[in-house]
Amino acid sequence: MNSSEIILLQNVDRPNSESIGVYRESGGYKALVKALKEMKPGEIVEEVKKSGVRGRGGAGFPAGLKWSFVPKESEKPKYLCCNADEGEPGTFKDRVLIERDPHQLIEGIIISCYAIGIHTAYIYIRGEFVKGARILEQAIAEAHENGFLGKNILGSGFDVDLYVHRGAGAYICGEETALMESLEGKRGNPRNKPPFPAVVGLYGGPTVINNVETLSNVPHIVTKGGDWYAGIGTEKSTGTKLFCISGHVQKPGVYELPLGVPLKELIYNVAGGLGEGHRLKAVIPGGSSTPILTAEEAEKVTLDYESLEALGTALGSGAVIVMDETTCIVRSTWRLSKFYEHESCGQCTPCREGTAWMEKILARIVRGEGRPEDIDLLADICDNIFGNTLCPMGDAATGPVLSTVRKFRNEYEYFIEHKRSIVGN
Amino acid sequence: MAFEFSAEGKKAFENILTRYPDKESALLPTLHLAQKEFGSFTVDRMDAIAGLLGLPHVRVYRGVSFYTMYQRQEVGKYLLQVCTNVSCSLLGAEKLVTYLGETLGIKVGETTADGLFTLIEVECLGACGNAPVMMVNDDYYEDLTIEKLDALLDQLRRNSE
Ligand SMILES: Cc1cc2nc3c(=O)[nH]c(=O)nc-3n(C[C@H](O)[C@H](O)[C@H](O)COP(=O)(O)O)c2cc1C
Ligand code: SF4
Ligand code: FES
Repeated sequence: MNSSEIILLQNVDRPNSESIGVYRESGGYKALVKALKEMKPGEIVEEVKKSGVRGRGGAGFPAGLKWSFVPKESEKPKYLCCNADEGEPGTFKDRVLIERDPHQLIEGIIISCYAIGIHTAYIYIRGEFVKGARILEQAIAEAHENGFLGKNILGSGFDVDLYVHRGAGAYICGEETALMESLEGKRGNPRNKPPFPAVVGLYGGPTVINNVETLSNVPHIVTKGGDWYAGIGTEKSTGTKLFCISGHVQKPGVYELPLGVPLKELIYNVAGGLGEGHRLKAVIPGGSSTPILTAEEAEKVTLDYESLEALGTALGSGAVIVMDETTCIVRSTWRLSKFYEHESCGQCTPCREGTAWMEKILARIVRGEGRPEDIDLLADICDNIFGNTLCPMGDAATGPVLSTVRKFRNEYEYFIEHKRSIVGN
Repeated sequence: MAFEFSAEGKKAFENILTRYPDKESALLPTLHLAQKEFGSFTVDRMDAIAGLLGLPHVRVYRGVSFYTMYQRQEVGKYLLQVCTNVSCSLLGAEKLVTYLGETLGIKVGETTADGLFTLIEVECLGACGNAPVMMVNDDYYEDLTIEKLDALLDQLRRNSE
C-alpha cells in the first residue's frame, strides 16, 4: 500500500491555489488537452471504468459504469450535474476541493462531459457555501477566458457550458433526483426510480450526477491511466479517499488516504488521537446515516467499502465522527433523529411519520420521561420505515437509531430507569 | 408595494435567465437575489416574483416555504445561525446557543429589540472539522469559543453604528 499518494489535495496548500495561473503551473488543464487531442470519448469512459473509482457522494456506485448507462444518441439534451450539496452531517470535504482547487473540479467536469457527450453541466452547491459559489463562478470565468469552456474548446469543435446553481437549505436536495427537481425550480421531492437519471433525468434528458470528489479524480485518471488509479487502495475499493474526521480528536480535518487504511491509523496517528486521558467510545464511520461502530469494532476495521459493509455499516461520504467516553449516545442519537425529522420531504408516510415518532420518543427519553417499552418501539419504527420508502433517506434515518439501540442498549435502559444519562448529564 | 430590483439586481436577474432552458428553473437563484435586495418574502414580493417568472403564485409560495434559507419574516441585521448537529454538539455548540441567548436576552428564533441580532439553530453547515461553527449572514465563523463570540458580537455592534 503506497500510503504517500496524494492526488486530490496536492494543490490545496499553495498560495492562491484557487486561481487558474497557479493551477496551470502545476500541470492543470493538461489532462483536458490530452483528452480532447489524443483520446476518443469512449476511451475515457474505459479508463474511468478501469480505474474502479466509485462514487464519493455516499452510495459508492462505480462511476465508469454509471456513465456507460447513458445512451450515446438522445433526442433530448444530456446533462451533467455535479453534486456539491454536501449536507450529510459530518461531511466537509467537498468544500475544501471547491474553495481551494476549483479548477481541478472544473477540469474533471469538462473531461467527463466530453467522455459522455454532454454540452451543459450544472454544479448544484448547497446555499450556505456562498464563498464556494463565488470562487466557482470566478474559476468558471477564468476557464472561459482561457478557452477551456464555451464553444469549440481548444479548437476541438467540442462545446460545454457550465453553471453554478445554489441550493437553499434542504438536505434532501443532495439526493440525486431531488437535486434535479430543485434545479428545475421545484421543491426537492425525490422522484421514483426507475427511470434512472442516466435515461430520464434533468429536463427529461439523460443525466449523469456525480459528487465533487468523484469528478475531481477524473483529470488524474486521464493523465496517469485507470490502471495506475486501480493500483491504489484495495482490489474493490480503489484509489484514495478524502476522510473528514470530526468530534473528539486532537486534529480534526480533511485527510486524503488510500482506501483500505485502518480506521485506527486515521484516528490515532493522522488525527492525533483523542484528548488527553480520554478513550474511544464509538465512531460513526461514514456520515450521520451510517450505523455506529463500537470502539472495539472501530479499532479493528479498515476504511474501504467492503470491510465497513461486512460490519453492517458503510463508507458513505467518508465522514468519520469520533466520540469519547463523555458522549451520551442517547442524546446524540436524539439530535440526529431531530435532523431527519426536520429534513424528511414528507412525500412518503413511513419516513414522514416514522422520523417524527422517533424524534418524539427520543426527546422524551432525553427529558427523563422515557418508558421501558420505548426501546423496542424505536426498533419497531425503524423496521416499518426500512425498505418502505421512495428514496434512501428513510433507510438513512434508521441507521443511527437502530444501530445505537442494538449496540448501546444499556445506555437507553439507564437513561429510562434513572432519568439521566449514563455519562452523568 | 413596488417590487423593483436595483440596477445591479436587474442585470443579475437577466443573467440568471440565460442559464436554464426554462424560466421555472430560475426560481431559486431569483429568490436568493430577491432576499439579498429585500430581506424577506412578503406575499406581495412572492407574487411579483411569480409574475417575473411566469409561474403560478402558489409555486413561489411552496418554494419559499420548502427551502429553509428563505426568510418569511423580517430578521435582524445579523442572522446568527449556530450549528447544533452532532459534531458541533460534541464540542459544545449547545452551550454557545445558551450563552448567546442569555447575552442577547432572546430565545432561539427571536430578534433583539434593537433589530440587530436574530438567533437560530441550524443543521450541519459542512464545516464540522472546525466545530463548533456558526454562520452570520453569509459568512462562516469556526472553532468558536465564548471569548470569540464576545469579540464577534462587539465587532458586529461596532460595524452597525
Ligand atoms: C438523503 C440523501 C442525501 C444525499 N446527499 C448527498 C450530498 O450532499 N452530496 C452527494 O454528493 N451525494 C449525496 N447523496 C447521494 C446522491 O444521491 C448520489 O448518489 C450521488 O450524488 C452520486 O454521485 P457519486 O456516484 O459520484 O457519489 C445523497 C443521497 C441521499 C439519499
Ligand atoms: S423517504 Fe423521506 S425524504 Fe425520501 S421521498 Fe420519502 S419522505 Fe421524502
Ligand atoms: S455538525 Fe456543525 S458543521 Fe457539521
